[in-house]
Amino acid sequence: MLKYILRRLGASALLLLVVTLMTFVIFYVVPRIAGRTTEQLATMYVGRAPTEAAIQATIERLNLDQPLALQFWEFVKGIFVGAEYTFGNDVVQCSAPCFGYSFQTYQEVFPAILDRVPVTFSLGLGAALIWLVGGVLVGVVSAVRKGSFFDRIAMGLALAGVSLPIFFTGQLALAFLVHSWEIFPNAEYTPFTDNPAAWASGLLLPWLTLAFLHAAQYARQTRAGMLETMGEDYIRTARAKGLKESRVILKHGLRPTLTPILTIFGLDIGLVLGGAVLTEQVYSLNGIGRYAVTAIVQSDLPVILGVTLFGALFIVVCNLIVDLLYPLVDPRVRAAR
Amino acid sequence: MGFVALGAAATLLLSACGGGDGGDGDGGSGAGGVFDQASTEVVNASDATGGTLRYAISANMESTDPGNTYYGYVWNFSRYYARTLLTFSPVPGQASSELLPDLAEDMPEVSDDGTEWTIKLKQGLKYEDGSEIVAEDIKYAIARSNFGPQALPNGPKYFQQLLDADDYEGPYGGGDPLAGFDAIETPDDYTLVFKLKAPFADFPYILSQTQTAPVPAEADTGEQYQGQVVSSGPYKFEGSYTPGDGLVLVRNDQWDPESDPTREALPDRVTVEEGVEQNEIDQRLVNGELDVDLAGTGLGPAMKGDLLADEEARANIDNPVTGAHFYVAINTKVEPLDDVACRQAIQYAASREGIQRAYGGEFGGEIATQVLPPSIPGANPELDPYEAASGTGNVEMAQEKLEECGEEDGFTVNIGVRSDRPAEVAAVESIQESLAAANITAEIKSFPSDTFTNTQAGSPDFVADNELGLNYYGWMSDWPSGYGYMSSILDGDSIKEAGNSNISELDDPEINQLFDDVTQVEDPEEQAAIYSQIDELTMESATILPGVFQKSVLYRPENLTNVYFNPSYHMYDYMALGTTNNE
Repeated sequence: MLKYILRRLGASALLLLVVTLMTFVIFYVVPRIAGRTTEQLATMYVGRAPTEAAIQATIERLNLDQPLALQFWEFVKGIFVGAEYTFGNDVVQCSAPCFGYSFQTYQEVFPAILDRVPVTFSLGLGAALIWLVGGVLVGVVSAVRKGSFFDRIAMGLALAGVSLPIFFTGQLALAFLVHSWEIFPNAEYTPFTDNPAAWASGLLLPWLTLAFLHAAQYARQTRAGMLETMGEDYIRTARAKGLKESRVILKHGLRPTLTPILTIFGLDIGLVLGGAVLTEQVYSLNGIGRYAVTAIVQSDLPVILGVTLFGALFIVVCNLIVDLLYPLVDPRVRAAR
Repeated sequence: MGFVALGAAATLLLSACGGGDGGDGDGGSGAGGVFDQASTEVVNASDATGGTLRYAISANMESTDPGNTYYGYVWNFSRYYARTLLTFSPVPGQASSELLPDLAEDMPEVSDDGTEWTIKLKQGLKYEDGSEIVAEDIKYAIARSNFGPQALPNGPKYFQQLLDADDYEGPYGGGDPLAGFDAIETPDDYTLVFKLKAPFADFPYILSQTQTAPVPAEADTGEQYQGQVVSSGPYKFEGSYTPGDGLVLVRNDQWDPESDPTREALPDRVTVEEGVEQNEIDQRLVNGELDVDLAGTGLGPAMKGDLLADEEARANIDNPVTGAHFYVAINTKVEPLDDVACRQAIQYAASREGIQRAYGGEFGGEIATQVLPPSIPGANPELDPYEAASGTGNVEMAQEKLEECGEEDGFTVNIGVRSDRPAEVAAVESIQESLAAANITAEIKSFPSDTFTNTQAGSPDFVADNELGLNYYGWMSDWPSGYGYMSSILDGDSIKEAGNSNISELDDPEINQLFDDVTQVEDPEEQAAIYSQIDELTMESATILPGVFQKSVLYRPENLTNVYFNPSYHMYDYMALGTTNNE
């Protein structure tokens, strides 16, 4: 088992390095291949009245004239031992893990991401809870009452859920539920520790929007899985033994269905950052997704690189956890190893 | 000078430009006012203090540091906590362009040869910590924003261009920050003497810019200073500012209202929320949940049409001319445009109606027929050598001009545009269509706006290599004079290798000479006459294809008091605003 964990950890580290390298290539090498000179790259950071001296100073400061391999090395080194950014007599210490320093907002990237972690995690976890519980519940009821009115409506909605993008459902929800009918309060983030009720009510609509997309998928998965298991021989056996129907459904029907559901749940949690980009944008929540969008609009390369790396790290860690938990949930995997 | 939608600055506003049905008192509709009323007069006048004035912006603020900004909204907003030597008059319309002393005791005095400007500070002015504001702090503020390779990047660099201080290496090199900076003298704590390389009659406008807000050297943390700007105005930061987290201003009890006749300081608190979607901002304005859209550029496309069509909502909308001119720079070097007749062919062929449509029709902009917006002294609205006002273009005249330049079968030309600006792309497509009618094939070349002005259209080498004969561009001046408006885009001496705004590369000895002459003329009428002449010569050279003078569609929430459009900032005058919101 230990060997397996070590192997997985090693593979994850390698994967992160590859992601870092690819992101670096996309944002730092491709513009050069597309024909931008070092001066042009530097000019992006010297405001709207660029002087030759300022451009040269920026090239030096950002190490733009160094070989790309060295620039990449500097970046990776920063993650482990930190880096320094000088400005005149002031030195900005970017301590490890240094994900870079934004020359647009003059902030270290990693602390700025950490600042926004509570927003994005609140959004992601709340939504995940709703979509997991809601999706599975709807899926079970749909499977048990297959062909019923509820089943048809639920599966129709689920189809809509998987097909409609967040920027559509989110805008609709804002326009009608918040502004026209005033059923929901405007989306806003209050730290949980300040006021749990405000935290929940401010995030309710974003949760539902983000959860709608995923819940649909879970409902369909659960329904399909349940329909399959409920046709198995052992279910008939369980019924024949005189077990209560609720027990048959929950213990014998649902449990094997949940195994694959939990697997995709782990992966989806990892991918929730992607959904958070759109949700935070639509609801003006100041999380990591919104931070990434602002950075892209402002061509703030260090931030884009930092957020991408953070996202990759998050997904890799989630995958790792799923991989490690999998044998615990499914005995068959244990046997196979 | 300024880039449109980014630029800061100042233009006058003739009442005629504010829209036909504005402001002349047709009844009034309760608290709100009538359509376009705030373009020309104060709406909801009030001197009631208190409440929280709520701003929001869709991005992050460019910077809160008055020494590191070029956006008009920051120039407008930073006055809450940063006083400058001079400032614009707090009144609507044309009169706003008159400069008044702010930190200064009086207007500056200039020496006989025009190169030395002396200005005195009011005595007893204090920062938020109670320490006194002295002349050297202003000198230091100018040094950090203008001089040396590490000067704060965002702002303009006028002081660097004008002051006789080419050897000074800036305050961030180590050692005494002001050593060697002799172009500004501070003989005592209340006097500043500016020494220029050459006479420059518009210098007082430069003294009104945010870079003259005092910064105590010991409090300066370079680019990090925006986190905790030391206030000289009626409000100060509550806590510190982190980009993305918004800003809260509270009253500064060290500010003396007696010393400051230009600021109303009505609200008790001022808040800025950053990163709010434009749609959401507009919706909240309409619902009364927000007071001002900080960026000041007006309603987004989603809500604009609906609100303009709604009779009731229209009473809360203003539609002022912003002072921005969107045009096509016709290059003088790229063949066959090096021949003036070929440039004129383009002038005749292009339909202005299409350009106006791209901006949303009459609410989005007025058709331009010359360089200067009608509000700038020296503008001649009658000037229209290429029948632009007709809107449709004249194919016969275009054909005639094509024959004159030896291209009777037409020619092909590239037109550069910022691809992330939908209105500009639409304008260029309409130009492409109208040029095609005269056998001129325009091929659209798209560029991202973050590099367009610095390294593509703004680079003569790039323009030559890529044969960018035409470039779609926007312009707004940093101060309301013909020089402020035209020198960067028309003076041959201002052609630069990067960040070039004279994209036409117009280098006409007669025009260059007029720009040199006018800096020594002090009589406003004489200046205006020269500016008319420059405009006329430019139109003759056919290097600028005028498009539209842009208009913005601003929503004026009913809880906002003392609202008027200040043309010198191109948006509502933020210092005047109050609110009935008592949260």
